[in-house]
Amino acid sequence: MSDAPKPLCVLIVDDEAPARSRMHDVLADCAQEFPLEIAGEAASGRAALELLERVPCDVVLLDVRMPEMDGIELAQHLLKLDRPPAVIFATAYDAYALKAFEVNAVDYLLKPIRAARLKEALARVRTARPLRPEALRELQRAPRAHLSAQERGKIELIPIGDIVYLKAELKYVTVRTARGEHLIEESLSRLEEEYGERFVRVHRNCLVARGAIRGFERAAENGEARWVVVLNGIEEKLPVSRRQQHVMREFFR
Amino acid sequence: MPNFRNLGIALRIVVIVNVMALAAAIVQTSDLRQLWNVLLELSAVVQPLLILSVVALVALNDLLKRLPYYLGVLAVLAIELVLTTLLYTFGQPLLADKPAPLMRYWALVALATGALLVYFDLRGRALSPAFTEARLQALQARIRPHFLFNSINAVLSLIRQNPKRAEAALEDMADLFRVLMADNRSLSPLAREVDLCRQYLELEQLRLGERLQIEWHIDKMPADALVPPLVLQPLLENAVYHGIEPRVEPGVVSIDIYGARGQVHAVLRNPYRHDGGHHAGNKMALANIRERLQLHFDAEATLDTRVGDDTYQVHIAMPYVKGGDS
Repeated sequence: MSDAPKPLCVLIVDDEAPARSRMHDVLADCAQEFPLEIAGEAASGRAALELLERVPCDVVLLDVRMPEMDGIELAQHLLKLDRPPAVIFATAYDAYALKAFEVNAVDYLLKPIRAARLKEALARVRTARPLRPEALRELQRAPRAHLSAQERGKIELIPIGDIVYLKAELKYVTVRTARGEHLIEESLSRLEEEYGERFVRVHRNCLVARGAIRGFERAAENGEARWVVVLNGIEEKLPVSRRQQHVMREFFR
Repeated sequence: MPNFRNLGIALRIVVIVNVMALAAAIVQTSDLRQLWNVLLELSAVVQPLLILSVVALVALNDLLKRLPYYLGVLAVLAIELVLTTLLYTFGQPLLADKPAPLMRYWALVALATGALLVYFDLRGRALSPAFTEARLQALQARIRPHFLFNSINAVLSLIRQNPKRAEAALEDMADLFRVLMADNRSLSPLAREVDLCRQYLELEQLRLGERLQIEWHIDKMPADALVPPLVLQPLLENAVYHGIEPRVEPGVVSIDIYGARGQVHAVLRNPYRHDGGHHAGNKMALANIRERLQLHFDAEATLDTRVGDDTYQVHIAMPYVKGGDS
């Protein structure tokens, strides 16, 4: 043990202050035998992402049940970082999640956390394979509250409520909000599956948020009249394909 | 003998007799218009008799209770026949132009009374103390494991930094679990339930801090009222789990308890967001409390839920049963 390995850099993410402080204590206990340093604590997924952009970490200790963005969703966004950290989930009790963790060989800790168990998990981190996106999707129960795009080395979070439409373009999907556009690497049909009723398909390559639809109008294009969707918040109008014209019926009442 | 003063029993009598009248009308007629006429004709006789019977039975309830069962049955039959005779003699204008002989009414009334008494006897057996007790035992409220482990974790975090607070938290937990594991089949004072709720919320505040804000409105609470144990605590657990935990910003859980017109009302409100997903746990707790209320108070207790724009409300109304000193 002469050439000591570089200490592991650890981030704690939990919405409850006492849970964070407990994790801090137990990590401090581990630190006596296991070289590590605590990069910080975050009370929400968003705060964790911001912190990780400034201070890259090796490991994230991640609470599963958190408001706004749960641990499973955050882990999915983390995969978009240039150097995704290893993730160890922590949960108090969640029969469903535990089964899914076992099936997908995802490492997890049960609260109250034991130092011995935490040390084991940390020791495995360096050799562990990174999390597979498919495994995380299987763990996910509710639709994600945000989509994420990697832009200029940073993770941009896009709250689902802000999205006006999603449009498939070659390899990417364009996410349009009132403020701008983002490109994400996901499939339109999977997004449609995940969000179900929130979006409606107006075209083979386009999902529109129901809440963003102001109305429909006839527009002439290349001498041919066709229906377009008029949207709240943006000027752009989207064509409705002939095959999807039935969706307009529910809005005409 | 059933307790005729119980609202549920009186309601059952009214409903069943009316269903019988409807059946009789259907037997006598072939088309809908005729059915309506016959039903009206029957009602002219049945409703006054029904009202008089219920009033008489409520008035004589205590007396009937004291009699041995078979004498009670005879007494009820006698009351009914006397009322029928009175109505027959003094209420002629109510009857059809050519009234049937009194004997026919007697026979019908005796049959209907007999059928009802058999029904109440069977129902009484089904709800016998042994059965009710077993059911109540099975409905023993259970605490969410999620709460248990998170609380233990929170207490562990306090031990090093704030041992005093950790002690208090463990004491609260001990009290809470003592009640949860106790035999909760008989009613207990409302004041005790409120104390328990306070201890529970104290523990949740340990974890959630500022995020959980509590408003108590219990100045008009009848503290001595007897209520089923753990009738409120599981509802607060739901309020925290579904209303507070999914929010980043602070939320208010409000508890409003008051007495009014012989009833105890408890109204719990918590913030609520429509996009929240799973609610199976919430429904389970509500069904459990609803059944326990029914076993204790029958139709005299109600539990209503209302979903507002951004609040979720549970309203319980129970009869005000005064507790003795014991």
